[in-house]
Amino acid sequence: MAKKDIPDRIEDTLQGTVVFSVPFPTGDDLSVLKEMSPIIIKYPYTVEYNYSYGQDSPFFAALANGRFIVSRNPKSGYTYANPRGHDMYSGTKNEWVEIVPEGKIHAFTVCHFGSEAFLPECPFILILVEFEGCDTLFLARLVGVDPDGANLDWIGKKVKGRFLRNSKLKPTDIYFNLMDDKK
Amino acid sequence: MRPVYVVSGGVSKFSKARPDKTFVGLVKEAYDYALADIGIEHPQFFELLDGSVASYFSDHFTRQLMAGIMAQDYLGLVPKPSHRVEGGGATGGICFQEGWKAVASGYMDVCLAYGFEQMSHVETWKGNEFIALASDVSMDYPVGGFYSGYYAMMVTRHMVEFGTTVEQLAHVSVKNHMNAYHNPYAQKRQKLTIQDVRSAPMVAWPLTRNDICVMSDGAAAVIFCSEEGLAKLEKSSGHRLPRVRVAGTGRGTDAMRMADRPHQSFDDFYKYNALPNEQNADARTYYKDLWKKGFRYPGVHSFRAGRMASREAYKNAGITDPLKEVDFVELHDAYTSSEVQTYEDMGLCRYGEGGPFATSGKTYMPGIDYGLDLPEKPICPVNPSGGLIACGHPVGATGLMQGVFAFWQLEGTIKKHFGDPALQVPNAHRGVIHSHAGTGTYVTVSILENEK
Repeated sequence: MAKKDIPDRIEDTLQGTVVFSVPFPTGDDLSVLKEMSPIIIKYPYTVEYNYSYGQDSPFFAALANGRFIVSRNPKSGYTYANPRGHDMYSGTKNEWVEIVPEGKIHAFTVCHFGSEAFLPECPFILILVEFEGCDTLFLARLVGVDPDGANLDWIGKKVKGRFLRNSKLKPTDIYFNLMDDKK
Repeated sequence: MRPVYVVSGGVSKFSKARPDKTFVGLVKEAYDYALADIGIEHPQFFELLDGSVASYFSDHFTRQLMAGIMAQDYLGLVPKPSHRVEGGGATGGICFQEGWKAVASGYMDVCLAYGFEQMSHVETWKGNEFIALASDVSMDYPVGGFYSGYYAMMVTRHMVEFGTTVEQLAHVSVKNHMNAYHNPYAQKRQKLTIQDVRSAPMVAWPLTRNDICVMSDGAAAVIFCSEEGLAKLEKSSGHRLPRVRVAGTGRGTDAMRMADRPHQSFDDFYKYNALPNEQNADARTYYKDLWKKGFRYPGVHSFRAGRMASREAYKNAGITDPLKEVDFVELHDAYTSSEVQTYEDMGLCRYGEGGPFATSGKTYMPGIDYGLDLPEKPICPVNPSGGLIACGHPVGATGLMQGVFAFWQLEGTIKKHFGDPALQVPNAHRGVIHSHAGTGTYVTVSILENEK
């Protein structure tokens, strides 16, 4: 027997799924259940991460200070536009090198749809930037250009990085504008 | 490695949503079909089965970790050995190869590979977000994580480098949707025109909704066996089983961040990446000219992982000129553009020629009216099933689905399984399946041959 101060039943509440009437056979014949429509419930799922940028952290610190640093292997000179602690060819440590974030559009798209997190920002323009002196590219947003004017002539145009005044410690702390109309 | 045979397979109906079943129910659908097709019931099969491999891509879609063991449990395969594999879009292709590997290595005589994805539990745009988490979450996802956007950037570069046009890409969409019209397992069985493709809503310029595969609920299963396993299965079923051999497999990888891919020299390309059919003076001259124009390999227009997977698989299967030596290809056309890119990676044409190759007619099914003006006759149908674009892309199942469709082609039983002979590749002896992840990070290529 349950003690008086220890509840022996779960209290019904109005939180969560509240069901008032679910059809079910009233008799003994349960064979009709094979024809039943599926039950679908909705529930939220949220999580807050304590995400570390680890060895890439200096890159974000640089962005927050309006500076742009890339990863260069001191022996080979091979330079990654993205932060990368170790060189993929020699396996040795890279070092940080500051560059001026000016370059050319290597490829682009205009996203008219997107992942849920970015839907409110559609349409937005993604570009891969070529920097002089870098062997790899850099993914960024292009801003200040009419998304409806997309055409292949954008490739090769010069772009210049601009920094958010209030850093969010994300790669979008830098975005790009066209420098001029010349390729 | 010892010989490995595919002896049966099953595919669930692919659909935008299958609320009628949980993912284990979908796997059961594919599994039961595979067993029924060789006339073996579960208790018999259980006695012969040595183990399994499970594949699904995303724990996010089901919000269920350890989903592989749940399928194993539901199928009634516990306590047999099993494990789950995952590799983005190539998850199913990796599972296929792990099933092959379990038998080829001598670890098992009979191995079941099954895969699934139930993507309908979230809305499409949340699903796109989950998929975009398969890009670097430090550097790529926050900029606007969206796979269609990543692939569209590859397209614009391909167009500038090689003069590829959106109409050429649209040919792929028309072809694959039309093929799927004859495939009852497919999700989008549509007769489209080039105009239909181009006038569909723009998703990521220049890719429209009809250039892009759809999310799907589905499962697929493949049974592998050794010579010894085949003898056991035949004894149990009481009849001779088809003999479709896995003649070669290959895998390749590339940088996770598309921006990090190298821009190699001509010499390195020839040293590391060229295929046997490119080892001639004509091809060398062609590529030399490309390099003079600024082409660098792989850049963002080409998939080095796909090339390396093809190279290894062709070597293992003794293929030196794929277009002439392969009867059909089921490849990973998550986008019309990635089919065009993959023609080049697989050596069906040279790098830069994918656009004209798509409109040549060589990759179409004979006997089907696509409503297109195709100058040449079919040589090697690509995605005769309809591919991912039209069948759907329930990620963990897709590569296995290709394996099942390729098996049926080589068994000559498309009419039996599809209820329509239109998609049977005539006299098919050798087929290739190709599964692809990320922006080209993991790629698998597997080659199947029937016994002549």
